[in-house]
Amino acid sequence: MEKLTLDAKKENLKSLIDYLNKILEPYNVTPKTQIQLELVAEEIFVNICSYAYSDNGGKVSISFEIFENPLSLKITFEDKGKPYNPLERKDPDINLEADKRQIGGLGVFIVKQAADECEYKYQNETNIFSVKKALDF
Amino acid sequence: MNIKRTENDGELTLLLEGRLDTLTAPQLEDEIISDSVNKLTLDLAGLEYISSAGLRVVLSLHKKMLSKGGLTVANVGEAVLDVFNATGFTDILNII
Repeated sequence: MEKLTLDAKKENLKSLIDYLNKILEPYNVTPKTQIQLELVAEEIFVNICSYAYSDNGGKVSISFEIFENPLSLKITFEDKGKPYNPLERKDPDINLEADKRQIGGLGVFIVKQAADECEYKYQNETNIFSVKKALDF
Repeated sequence: MNIKRTENDGELTLLLEGRLDTLTAPQLEDEIISDSVNKLTLDLAGLEYISSAGLRVVLSLHKKMLSKGGLTVANVGEAVLDVFNATGFTDILNII
């Protein structure tokens, strides 16, 4: 298992994506799989940066674990910000017409579409959100 | 992300190259679309990735252009089209 700890600042997004792509390198995944994983990483990381902590900021740890049969990647985000379960968020209505569509709420929705499994728990004052996805190659 | 602007007789095309994500979305937000623009097209031939931050700006531009027929989006690549499909954007935008 590989683990990366970053300050919860949006500017660190590139470091996260680069780290993810290094983990994926040996597996030659399809472009679609790579992009879906990048989306998962971005959406969750940016939400933590935006909402978890107050002005003093905080850290987020991201771990990466490979599973076999089928080959999958599990990404787990841990932060000590305010308790928040992204899965409780109501999905945006994607059938509304343009003028009625809300700007926002799409990040978590995209994660749920891209991932095979999502899990949330709050333990030891830590939000732990994990996402698992099969690696197509 | 690179943005190339082509303006002609009230028709504005913005060609995007690279990624439209949380860090680059502000670049697109900063593009000035004056009231004299009657048709706005985003040419996405060079766009390889879009996240919710990008979708937010795209929706914003579409809402801005609603009275003029909405936003036109051209040359959408597979990865971006996947995201548009998953989020219902294929139903709202004029995709050519």
